[in-house]
Amino acid sequence: MPLPYRVVRRRAETADTASFVLEPLDEALPPFRPGQFAMLYAFGVGDIPVSVSGILPHRHRLMHTVRAVGAVSTALCELGPGDTVGVRGPFGTVWDTSRAAGGDVLVIAGGIGLAPLRPLVYEVFRAPHRFRRVHVLIGARTPGDLVYRDETAVWAAAGPGGTALTVDRPDAGWAGDVGLVTGLLGHARFDPPGTTAYVCGPEVMIRATARELVHRGLRPERVLVSLERTMRCGTGHCGHCQLGPLLLCRDGAVLGYDRAAPLLATREL
Amino acid sequence: MAETGTDIGAPAVLDRDGLDALVRALAARGRTVIGPTVRDGAVVLAEIDSGDRLPYGWGVELAAGRYRLRRRTDGAAFAHSAGPQSWKTYLHPERVRQWSADRAPDGGLTVTAGEGEGAARPSFAFIGVRPCDLRAIAVQDRVLAGGRHPDGVYRARRERAFIVAVECTEPGETCFCVSMGSGPAAENGYDLALTELTTADGGGDTDGRGDGEHRFLVRVGSEEGAAVLEEVAHRPADRPTAAAARDRVTEASRRMGRAMPPVDLRRLMGDSLDSAHWDDIAERCLSCGNCTLVCPTCFCTTTEDVTDLTGDHAERWRRWDSCFDLDFSFMHGGPVRSSVRSRHRQWMTHKLATWYDQFGSSGCVGCGRCVVWCPVGIDITEEAAEFHARARDAAGGRDGPGGDGRTGGGVPAAAAHRTDGGLP
Ligand SMILES: Cc1cc2nc3c(=O)[nH]c(=O)nc-3n(C[C@H](O)[C@H](O)[C@H](O)COP(=O)(O)OP(=O)(O)OC[C@H]3O[C@@H](n4cnc5c(N)ncnc54)[C@H](O)[C@@H]3O)c2cc1C
Ligand code: SF4
Ligand code: SF4
Ligand code: FES
Repeated sequence: MPLPYRVVRRRAETADTASFVLEPLDEALPPFRPGQFAMLYAFGVGDIPVSVSGILPHRHRLMHTVRAVGAVSTALCELGPGDTVGVRGPFGTVWDTSRAAGGDVLVIAGGIGLAPLRPLVYEVFRAPHRFRRVHVLIGARTPGDLVYRDETAVWAAAGPGGTALTVDRPDAGWAGDVGLVTGLLGHARFDPPGTTAYVCGPEVMIRATARELVHRGLRPERVLVSLERTMRCGTGHCGHCQLGPLLLCRDGAVLGYDRAAPLLATREL
Repeated sequence: MAETGTDIGAPAVLDRDGLDALVRALAARGRTVIGPTVRDGAVVLAEIDSGDRLPYGWGVELAAGRYRLRRRTDGAAFAHSAGPQSWKTYLHPERVRQWSADRAPDGGLTVTAGEGEGAARPSFAFIGVRPCDLRAIAVQDRVLAGGRHPDGVYRARRERAFIVAVECTEPGETCFCVSMGSGPAAENGYDLALTELTTADGGGDTDGRGDGEHRFLVRVGSEEGAAVLEEVAHRPADRPTAAAARDRVTEASRRMGRAMPPVDLRRLMGDSLDSAHWDDIAERCLSCGNCTLVCPTCFCTTTEDVTDLTGDHAERWRRWDSCFDLDFSFMHGGPVRSSVRSRHRQWMTHKLATWYDQFGSSGCVGCGRCVVWCPVGIDITEEAAEFHARARDAAGGRDGPGGDGRTGGGVPAAAAHRTDGGLP
């Protein structure tokens, strides 16, 4: 059963994407960790998996970033402060940083794939000394598709790691890099065998990026990716999120590329 | 609910009146008694108020894509194999209201539990649960109640269910429980287990046939089973009856209509993902989803959200879904599994292989229902044999993947019992 949460803030990110800060009306869900997701229920329409994009200790607040692509996500995107949503969770696996300590860290996002990585970025930024070098590499189709632009500008200017942005198709005002996010790897300094990478974005971007990282010498099990499949329950009961041997709501959505690669290589699995 | 794998107390014998009394005793305890009964040309499961409703004297004739009732002269009540339904109809119902939500004018939201989380919980007694279906219930226990988020509806119904198993003495032409390690004997997971002996069965000695009476050997698997048995007229089991019952079950194990190829099916399926045989299956399969509907372990569901006319009252319903449905894998941009080939592969590899990864056992118990109720007669054992033949050919005539001589279930029977032993 979902618990009612109230929207306390809404921020438009792009033309079709908005972030929401949610606060429990009454009882709060157990704490979320970076990489996990909630099932967000839009009244009378349905519920969909949405990663936690911010974990705020104050009043058990959660942040979610939703891109309107269909019925439920559009209904969620239309909500404003004061409206209520139902929230279930936390579900799924986490962006584990325990094994990354002492080594280099790459956070690589495509489009709205930065949403699930955002709490990880803050976790890493809060304790930069746990790691050697930290790079946050962000790609999007156009400058208009970049999310958290105010924040990423701050990360790039003053963050403890190197933050770089690129777009496939620049507009008149764009002075930064152009090209796929993998192109940014050339500028990043990291020692492949000791590097842990966290990758999220469209499946094609994840595939290309993970392949490139392994090619550059990262160990596949240290390339963590977050995958998407349809989800109805989040609790391992509806069968919808199957990817071969995995139930992604339970065994994912975050998993090592060593396990993901053969599954992604089989068509229509 | 039976938790013990070993029988408690001594076996007993019931006659036909005793079986009737058993049904009445369970009803008198406030249970909804469900058992097999004949309706519309099939043995279906329904609420029964008396043992008379059991399908005495009915057998079945089964083939791929074919089911027919047939009269039997021996008057047996349980000489029919799996019908179109399974116990999941009751434990994991087709439609459930999970919760309802009410919206207040100030934007507030109240969510109220549906079934399973507080509301009325039916208390069933199931009469005539086959060993394959006992295993299927154990499999669903692991799927629906064994994980980190137990399903409230299933758990409530399951915990309160009283199970009267019936060992299989008359396997169907489409049955293959032996090769899945799930029958024909009932070994655990029941409150009471019956073995039916008809007038055709004698006193257990080889030439004693034909002089027996219609009776049921009863073994007790739980405290409640023992208490219920005390409420009905029975007598202690004599040795010839116990021996005859054992012989009938052993005999049944030699008369299975079908068998899975004797290989590690999990590996066979895992190695066959790119096989051209999926295209051959896809040419025949209608993607109707009948096989998933009748399968006693298939558990997939989807959700439906409805609102009333005021728009301020919404309900969340959950209903059975099928991986053969095109929408099942729908994502923004289209379905992941758009071809019939990929959907049939999803179903068959899930049943026989990836189920182990997800839930620690096979997802197939060898009941044969999918074979019988497939409109075009697709037979999972034949398809598995074809994958095996192709793998063997590809391996130059050697036994091919998983050809280590183990049984089709992929796990030795003893290990399978350990993993499927009831509700964790
Ligand atoms: C683990 C996980 C985390 C996610 N995190 C986010 C996030 O942080 N922000 C965000 O905007 N989106 C996220 N998504 C994607 C989001 O769930 C889909 O956009 C959403 O399900 C679309 O539903 P809809 O009803 O709006 O669209 P419709 O197209 O109307 O969808 C119909 C149904 O298809 C399924 N579906 C459609 N697209 C997807 C998809 N991409 N992934 C999974 N199922 C889909 C859903 O079951 C949905 O109910 C995530 C998905 C997963 C699996
Ligand atoms: S796959 Fe077929 S034979 Fe196996 S349990 Fe399901 S319905 Fe029975
Ligand atoms: S195998 Fe048979 S029952 Fe199953 S979906 Fe295909 S046609 Fe329908
Ligand atoms: S979302 Fe239902 S099983 Fe994973």
